[in-house]
Amino acid sequence: MHATAEAMRHKPGFGQTLKEWIFTIDHKRIGILYLIGSLAAFAVAGLMALLIRIELGSLGPTLTSNPGTYNVWLYFHGAAMILAFQIPALTGFLANYLVPLMIGARDMAFPRLNALSLWLYWAGIIVALLTFVIPDPPDVMWTGYPPYSLITGGNTALYVFTVHLMGFSSIVGGINLLTTIFYMRAPGMKLNKLNIFVWSTLGAFVLQLIFIPVLAAAVTTLLFDKYLGTHFYDPANGGDVLLYQNLFWFYSHPAVYVILLPTIGMIFDIVATFAKNRVFNYNMVVYGGIGGVVLMSGEVWIHHLFTSGMPDWIRIGMMISTLLISIPVGLLMIGLLGTLYRGAIQYTTPMLYAVGFIFLFLIGGLTGIPNAMTAIDLYIHDTHFVVAHFHYVMAVATTFAIFGSVYYLFPKMTGRMYSETLGKLGFFILFAGVNITFFTMFIVGFKGMPRRYFDYQQFPQLEGLHHIITIGAYIIGIAALLILISWIHGLVAGKKATDNPWGSKSLEWTTSTPPPPGNFRELPILTEEWHPYGYGRSEQP
Amino acid sequence: MNEAFAYVERSAPGEIPDLPGGWDHLFNEMLIDITIIGIIFTVITVYLLIRYRRRHPGQEGNPPKLTTAAAIGWAIIPAFIFMADDFYLAAEGWTLFNQYRRVPENAYEVKVEGSMWSWRFIYPEGVESFGELRVPAGTPVVVRMISKDVVHSFFIPDFRVKQDMMPGRMTYLWFYPKEPGEYLITCAEYCGLMHSGMKGMIKVVSQDEFKNWIEAETEKKNNNT
Repeated sequence: MHATAEAMRHKPGFGQTLKEWIFTIDHKRIGILYLIGSLAAFAVAGLMALLIRIELGSLGPTLTSNPGTYNVWLYFHGAAMILAFQIPALTGFLANYLVPLMIGARDMAFPRLNALSLWLYWAGIIVALLTFVIPDPPDVMWTGYPPYSLITGGNTALYVFTVHLMGFSSIVGGINLLTTIFYMRAPGMKLNKLNIFVWSTLGAFVLQLIFIPVLAAAVTTLLFDKYLGTHFYDPANGGDVLLYQNLFWFYSHPAVYVILLPTIGMIFDIVATFAKNRVFNYNMVVYGGIGGVVLMSGEVWIHHLFTSGMPDWIRIGMMISTLLISIPVGLLMIGLLGTLYRGAIQYTTPMLYAVGFIFLFLIGGLTGIPNAMTAIDLYIHDTHFVVAHFHYVMAVATTFAIFGSVYYLFPKMTGRMYSETLGKLGFFILFAGVNITFFTMFIVGFKGMPRRYFDYQQFPQLEGLHHIITIGAYIIGIAALLILISWIHGLVAGKKATDNPWGSKSLEWTTSTPPPPGNFRELPILTEEWHPYGYGRSEQP
Repeated sequence: MNEAFAYVERSAPGEIPDLPGGWDHLFNEMLIDITIIGIIFTVITVYLLIRYRRRHPGQEGNPPKLTTAAAIGWAIIPAFIFMADDFYLAAEGWTLFNQYRRVPENAYEVKVEGSMWSWRFIYPEGVESFGELRVPAGTPVVVRMISKDVVHSFFIPDFRVKQDMMPGRMTYLWFYPKEPGEYLITCAEYCGLMHSGMKGMIKVVSQDEFKNWIEAETEKKNNNT
């Protein structure tokens, strides 16, 4: 680490710089490399989404006459958005960049392991991108349900290896982050002085470490079944296709909370900074909200299997446990709103994204209630209603948090300010686009349109609504370009940023901009009174 | 193929529950519930966002100190309010779900085999049809299903029912066609290339017409063999 630190004092040429970035073990650089990878995945998977929407924009074949091509777009959109964009952007980029800074550490506990997890992730991206190169791309959706994934001519192995690499990367990262949070905190950094984002990352990685092995088992047995002739999922030989669905969702439902927790943690930090206010009822948010989600996340997965032929009693049980998730999530919402109460809210671009998140998450969360009800779900399961719901609550809300965080950290990462005008313009166009797209999708789903359809000859009356959704998708595309332009503009022509442009009390803003190797010139020593949210006259619990 | 016998719970004789009506009623009730919660949260959020905007640079928040009792109250009371709403909805949902799973006693039973990308209907009289399920009006119908290859899903939007068809595992659903007419069946679980083209029709005809059709089909079958 010190050798790297020495080397960085010089001004090397491009080749030298590239080498430094590739062999870096500095958590901030690793975080930024995670960000670049996840934004690249977002761009390609977002392009797939646009292709899907153009295809569905009008009845009949539009872009392609081959449903197989369309199915590959769907597969890549889902798998890449979740595995290569959201989870790495939150638990890779944000956790890596912020956690050591927030807890006052010089780096992660295991910097070299950190580099390993980064490059495993990049290997995963490259394997995922091979989808567009090989002659038989996977078409198994991101769920990979057997027996279809076993009998398809598509390359299921590519899907399995992508999951393996991403999962391995997350496990390595998880061990590293948990060790860092527990053993690398600055003197005086007590657990009740951690930023909400650090707590939520802790929760997310606990979930990752518990549940990823289950997903690995599910997809690995899929691989064995398809290529080695085992019979885990072959009912003709005593296997059971429902076993896969159970194993898959036993991981993949907690994975939703792996995404939700850092998202909402980041929103708490942004809101506290720009409302210049303490986090309302810190203990309730940490133990009731984050702790509650972690405890309940593993007891609700059957709601993905309400129509799959599971026994009735477990469907009823998990309907109730799913509905009860509203308690910790509701406490988190109350915490967010309480943080606004008697604050001094400054509407910068990151704050606008946080406000946008609150509304999107509210719509997404509330429309989860019909999905949780077993009887209601018997109709809306696997329709566009569900698609709209999880896009609101997971896809779009999280993307708002990620984009907001990039704006929030932009001065710290790059040493330059972005343009508020461009940033706000991008936000408003994006907010309009996602609501046009996904609110209309609720109506289409309510009228019975199933998901993963290449065409909808049996629902010709829905063509007008589909057209509106596609227009919304174009608007989202324009907004995404504008956001990218605002970042490039900030990087090239932005004003020099000060160390703490937002006036935050949190540790990551007390060091210089951008932070030096080793993060702090002198390790911060925290007083009794210090708190990351110690604004105004407020007293902390 | 494992022809496991799916356990079917039969309801007591009596009135046949109206599933689509019950579904619509519960959905509307839920829509009102979530709209009210949504409006409450939205109004509070908008009020806070406007009321507590920064008036001058350098201003910081000025929240009152939260006493221990208030802190606990702010966690416990909302938790119980949410829990009450959850249990209310769960009870309503459970009642309707029971109706979905208890098949009326006199239901007419049809077996369905799903395969990529069509449906084969086998009637108790021994006749078969492809893609089109013909049932008599005024009789509840129970559909027992199994898949020959991958997972499909038997979805009848008009009757508000859906059930996945699994290989090696029998599943069922029931519906009550009151009036003659045509109703769409469409596949709702991704099953490959022609997933979106995997559709069929339920043709509900009068009792007499149905009897005639079964007889004609039986005759056709006997002549062929």
